[in-house]
Amino acid sequence: MTTSSSLSRRSVLAGAATSGSLLMAGSGAEAQPAKPAELKIGITTFLSGPASVFGVPAKQAAEMLTDQINAAGGIGGVPIRPIFVDEGPGTEHLVGEFRRLVQSEGVHVVFASISSGSCLACTPLSDELRKTTVLWDCGTQRIFEEGNHPFAFRTQGYGTPEVLAPLLYLLKHKPDFRSIAVINQDYAWGRDSWELWKAGMDAMKPGVRVVAELFPRFNSTDFSTEITRLLALRPDVILSTSWGGELVTLVRQASERRLMERSLMVLPVAEASMPSLGRNMPAGHIIGSRGDHWINHPRPRDKASLDRFTAAYQARFNQPSIYPCHHMAQALSALQAAYNKAIAAKGGGWPNDQELAAAFRGLTFDTPTATITIREDGQGLEDQIVGLSSFSSAYPYAVPEKMMLYPAAGISAPVGQKSVDWLKTLRAGMENTAGSAI
Amino acid sequence: MRRTETILAIGGAALLVLLAFLAPWLRFVLTIALAKGIAVLGILLLLRAGQVSFGHALYLAFGAYVVAFLAPSSPEALILMPVAMLLSGALGLVVGLFVSRYREIFFGMLNLAISMVFYSLLEKLYHYTKGTDGIRVGVPRFLGMVLERDDFEWAMFATALLLALAIGFFVRLYLASPMGQALSAIKTRETRLEFMGLPARGVLLSAYVLSTLMGGLAGAIIALTTRHVTPLLGYWTVSGELVFIAILGGAGAALGPFLGAVTFELVRVYAAASFADAWQAILGLVLMGVILFFSRGLWGMVESLARKRA
Repeated sequence: MTTSSSLSRRSVLAGAATSGSLLMAGSGAEAQPAKPAELKIGITTFLSGPASVFGVPAKQAAEMLTDQINAAGGIGGVPIRPIFVDEGPGTEHLVGEFRRLVQSEGVHVVFASISSGSCLACTPLSDELRKTTVLWDCGTQRIFEEGNHPFAFRTQGYGTPEVLAPLLYLLKHKPDFRSIAVINQDYAWGRDSWELWKAGMDAMKPGVRVVAELFPRFNSTDFSTEITRLLALRPDVILSTSWGGELVTLVRQASERRLMERSLMVLPVAEASMPSLGRNMPAGHIIGSRGDHWINHPRPRDKASLDRFTAAYQARFNQPSIYPCHHMAQALSALQAAYNKAIAAKGGGWPNDQELAAAFRGLTFDTPTATITIREDGQGLEDQIVGLSSFSSAYPYAVPEKMMLYPAAGISAPVGQKSVDWLKTLRAGMENTAGSAI
Repeated sequence: MRRTETILAIGGAALLVLLAFLAPWLRFVLTIALAKGIAVLGILLLLRAGQVSFGHALYLAFGAYVVAFLAPSSPEALILMPVAMLLSGALGLVVGLFVSRYREIFFGMLNLAISMVFYSLLEKLYHYTKGTDGIRVGVPRFLGMVLERDDFEWAMFATALLLALAIGFFVRLYLASPMGQALSAIKTRETRLEFMGLPARGVLLSAYVLSTLMGGLAGAIIALTTRHVTPLLGYWTVSGELVFIAILGGAGAALGPFLGAVTFELVRVYAAASFADAWQAILGLVLMGVILFFSRGLWGMVESLARKRA
């Protein structure tokens, strides 16, 4: 209702300061824009909270890559500047920040979100603000299956292929398993991924007994009750799509109690936790990485580029470049390719928001390991590589062996179909045709 | 002081309109701040009785989820808001009948417990609430009109501002009325209230239900503004935030909550914009400074300024 006099002076100043940049941003959106002095990218990522194990490495990767891109002359001759926003405080804060990025900072493109909830909130906003939004890491299948978003594009895979690839690997690696237990985090991804897995498993291998569905509280630090139960139930296979610190804790506690000697674990989001686990990760379990960007990829598209990226990241931040770093690199690679395409289509002119979005649709761009094509619905097709955890002298943590490469087109729900419905149509034998050993 | 308050309220409202006009993205932040201010007015009523509820995010989240569930079938903002408010009030009555028997730490903790039960339900009943991913709220109609995003944001801002003024005025009347005076009596000596023939429980219960009506309304405004509802809105940190805003703004007058809410939201936004990595620390330091140097909150600061001038 009111503000004090000291506050109001400050606020008016702030309002005046922001309105200037806002006018510029508003007028540039629809008309023919001139080449800007810098290309601003608003990046929402977790800088606080448990998911900052993904958010901070991704931010570092973005900083490293923007330095590299700017040193090489920027995009279309324009240097890029990332503006980071913390996803940690929740949706209500984030949608305000999204507006601020677009309306006050005047960003040219937004890279939205690790959390699926954040993406679900930001994507409709991209429609309304008509601002190209790259969904750079979130995995929910709901985005493009429940709506049409002309300005949103996902530059990596999503939940369905990320769950289906490990399932196909399991069906091939251990075709005779008869019982399974699931232990997932109790939030949307934990529930969604199990629903996807179960739909696919029941279709391709009916009759598998689900002996336990465990959803320990999100951010749990103690899994002793669940492990006791799993030890008693002796399932052939244990699925867990947990990630980050929770997965580290789960694997440590499970291997201490020798659960992993009795049951085969399937861990679709394992890659990012392998460096923290080090030698505590038992060998011979199925691990995935939400994509094909394993550090020991046997035949990447451009080996020099992959090695350069991982080595530069390791050298600058003294950490291995886990999958969010690759997803950030993919988003930036897509952005470069889209701008180049849009600028070429315009005969050298700078594209407006519509022209940039048009360039993203059907775009094919390179990653160090492969190429990714963005489908007509905005979903990117990223191949998946799954393997068995193993140790070698090259890395102080587990990396996959006996890898299988699953091309994305075969394991993603076709455009216009809902993932769960599509998974129900799969038939036994797919595990022999969908992927190939590499 | 009463006249100053009215002048300040009108001046402040005009200032907010000016701000929202100059910086469209602030319109969103200010609408949220006004909604939180309305919820904090409810906290203020309970604070008058010396009771602190650490669970009022329950009503915020309840109001927001009512909007999220009803919006597809009746997408009219001006119906959704009162419905959310009344349903929240009904829930508040049920909970209030129980918690109004308790005082102080027991009152606060019971509210906290009940709000966390609701939070867990929102997370666990995954197939109905879509869990932590939350529910999207489409652009509802306003007075039967289908508005563009920009016009709808203006409409929500104006509605929030008018409601804030109206409810602020109502709370001022209520606090001056015998019912409001009785609230202060609960704080000082409850037994005397009973001797005077006033049921302390009834007095507290009516204040509690009023506060839940305000909480539900605030939740509805937040849902219609952010247009994406997640269980986080019902988490205990949000309850804490409401209590904090009440302390920050000062419990002395109906203007305090809005003063606190606008300050809190602006500090948060500017801290987050300037220091993406360390905004929590900045926010914490600013708020600690206010608490340390202005123990009666921002309103106390305004009061002493006004007194000096008089």
